[in-house]
Amino acid sequence: MSGVIEIILIFLILANLILLGASRLRNAIRIVAWQGLVLGLMPLLAHRDGLVWAAILLGAGSAGIKGFVFPALLNRALRETQASREIEPFVGYVLSLLAGVGVLALSVWFGSRLPLPWPPASNLLVPAGMFTVWTGLFLIVTRRKAITQVLGYVVLENGIFTLGMVLVEAMPLLVELGVLLDIFVAVFVMGIIVFNINREFDHIDSDQLAALKEGGP
Amino acid sequence: MPADASIHLFLLLWALGVLLISGVASALAGRWSERTSVVLGIAGAGMACLAGLAAAVAGLTARATGTIMLPWRIPYGAFSLGLDSLSAFFLIPLFLLSGLAAVFASGYFRPWNERNPGRFWLFYNLLVASMALVVLARNGVLFLVAWEAMSLASFFLVTFDDRAADAREAGWIYLVATHVGTAFLIAVFILLGRESGSQEFSAYAVPAGSAGALFLLGLLGFGTKAGLFPLHVWLPEAHPAAPSPVSAVMSGVMIKTGIYGIVRMLAVMGAVPGWCAWLVLAIGAVSGVLGVLFALAQHDLKRLLAYHSVENVGIITLGLGLGMLGVHYGIPAVAALGFAGGLLHVLNHALFKGLLFLGAGAVAHATGTRDIERLGGLLKRMPWTGAAFLAGAVAICGLPPFNGFASEFLIYVGAFRTLLANGGLALGGLVAVVALALIGGLAAACFAKAFGIVFQGEPRSPAAAAAHEVPRSLVAPMLVLAALCLAIGLGAGAVVRALDPAVAQLAGPIVMSDAPRGIFPIALGTVLALLVALTLALAWIRRRLLAGRSVRAAVTWDCGYAAPTASMQYTATGFAQPLTNGAWAILQPHVEARLPQGVFPVSASFESHAPDVARANLYDPLFRRLAVGLGWFRWLQQGQVHWYVLYIVVVLMVLLAWALVS
Repeated sequence: MSGVIEIILIFLILANLILLGASRLRNAIRIVAWQGLVLGLMPLLAHRDGLVWAAILLGAGSAGIKGFVFPALLNRALRETQASREIEPFVGYVLSLLAGVGVLALSVWFGSRLPLPWPPASNLLVPAGMFTVWTGLFLIVTRRKAITQVLGYVVLENGIFTLGMVLVEAMPLLVELGVLLDIFVAVFVMGIIVFNINREFDHIDSDQLAALKEGGP
Repeated sequence: MPADASIHLFLLLWALGVLLISGVASALAGRWSERTSVVLGIAGAGMACLAGLAAAVAGLTARATGTIMLPWRIPYGAFSLGLDSLSAFFLIPLFLLSGLAAVFASGYFRPWNERNPGRFWLFYNLLVASMALVVLARNGVLFLVAWEAMSLASFFLVTFDDRAADAREAGWIYLVATHVGTAFLIAVFILLGRESGSQEFSAYAVPAGSAGALFLLGLLGFGTKAGLFPLHVWLPEAHPAAPSPVSAVMSGVMIKTGIYGIVRMLAVMGAVPGWCAWLVLAIGAVSGVLGVLFALAQHDLKRLLAYHSVENVGIITLGLGLGMLGVHYGIPAVAALGFAGGLLHVLNHALFKGLLFLGAGAVAHATGTRDIERLGGLLKRMPWTGAAFLAGAVAICGLPPFNGFASEFLIYVGAFRTLLANGGLALGGLVAVVALALIGGLAAACFAKAFGIVFQGEPRSPAAAAAHEVPRSLVAPMLVLAALCLAIGLGAGAVVRALDPAVAQLAGPIVMSDAPRGIFPIALGTVLALLVALTLALAWIRRRLLAGRSVRAAVTWDCGYAAPTASMQYTATGFAQPLTNGAWAILQPHVEARLPQGVFPVSASFESHAPDVARANLYDPLFRRLAVGLGWFRWLQQGQVHWYVLYIVVVLMVLLAWALVS
């Protein structure tokens, strides 16, 4: 069992790295969708007491939403806003990749020091989860387009989901469902807002929204 | 014999429920039917206030005590309510005035025009419910929740007329002030509950040696709500901006929750150091004198009344300070008289200040202005309003036979009692007597001005000349309040006896000595007899003087001119000038005058404003500096989501690394 988990985790890490280097929006959406889909398998494997209805439900729900609903919503937003297909980062792709590698190393170090209530299903679990969280945050901070920021949030949630696997017995199902619901609402709302912003301003560059802020120098 | 209060508490809970439900229902109905919304709001407020009043009066007279406790899922919180004599006493003016003001409001706002009545009734009923909850709460968390609900509900009522810029500004000032106060209160509650780890009032313990500091914190927090100098700055802004029935409730009842807080804190904490008593006495004296001085310099009728609230809260605090001194020096009579005077003044002020604010509202309703300089001659046009306002004015000046006299008299008697004691206590009594005398004199001058300029003489503007008596729904509440002011003044002895258990909660288990209680009928009887004799004598002298002369009616203050005009009358500013000139250094008014020049002056003008000294000299500079200081952090505020998320990431990373390394 732990072999499969490790393959999934390695896929997760590779997907993060690809995402950091991806320059096409449609590609990025596809990668995030795959990441969510594959992660949906994890609860089935991580649970020690064999299959539990709750775990199956959680996995299926999360895979369905992240693998199919989110990409559909985002692709629709992309199509309707007719944004250019470039990601337009603040930090270049090469630099992003280098930073990603640095953060990965940091995550491994964190993972080795983080005190856990019990040993996780795999030694890679904590570093991979943490790396995914940081990747999500990195995407939110360094990418210009609102759609990439939405993608960042989804990746962030994937990381939280992975870390939740460590604590699958301690972390109630309700918490995980709550996080998923939050992200779902966020993506839904952002999809609509991005569309409306585009209609009003003819672009979806979130850095230009600063023109809307009140007062200030 | 203390009775069980469960039935009273049940009735009070029912009243709270009715207020909540009717408020929400009124808000929902406000969108589609103005009439339904008003009916729902007023019916809920009326029923709840009647039930609450009945429960409170029954609870006070039966000396009922009891608590209800329901578990609550909030940490440290519990829905724990209690009724005792103190709570019951504070609930009486609360429900009485709120009910009457609700009746007034039903007529005051008609026609509602584009205002949504649901918005008013939702917040009004919420305000009444949260005030009652503040008085009933026996758990720190519940108390703070109710306190905050009260502040927010009143904020939305102050800004009800949100198209007026001054109402919005007043709302913000009020919101800031009330939250600064609440911050102090949170500290107090945390410190009180730290030892036992529980926020139940019954489990509170004062950490050794910090009673004085705790009391000071509480005084700052509650004093902000009560409007004690120099924490009163929000009062003269919020009261004029709010609709009149709301001003009446806020000034008559809501600021008394601050007094309730101080009193409840005394009851919970037990002994406080002697300097606290001196401090309370001093703050009371300063608030009283400065409040009435500022009132003298105002020419907005409601702003004038707002400063009188500062004055009257000062009188209440003076009484409480005297009571605390009595407890500290171990002289029961002084303690009982001081607390009884302070508490009775809470009830009295609620009645006459509520009456006066409603009167000001009626004047504004009839003339469309609150500027005293533009009014005049209203007594002939609005006889009922004028008579009720006069009753309130006499009561607030502390003149017999109205109720203000009774409570100030108790404080006077207590203050004179201290003179029998030797040493420091006598000084406290002296301060109280001098302050009270000064306040009384200045208040009389101020209301001679307010009543004289607004209701007597000739109208100073077309709006005042065209005024008519307000509808019955506005007159009736004022007349009820005026009658109550008179009734309490005449039946003061019985009212003070009913207050005994509440006073005993503060002054300790002592029976108020018989002397002051016996003094009441005697003093009042003498004063009334004197008053009647004086009136008869004056009438007789008048008749004698006029006998055999021709009597002719003319316009007021025509001063013998052949063709007098309304502008020849005294103005409010002119009337008060001899007194405000004497207090020039304190009031610091801005005056712009172009005096008449030459033998045939063509034009002249005079303008004066008395800005609030505490605001101009303390708060404005303070907040300006604060704004400059905080301006240094502006560069953090980029207005870009990227940066905000980056801040979060950096903080998270640093915290995580710090936790893992150390």
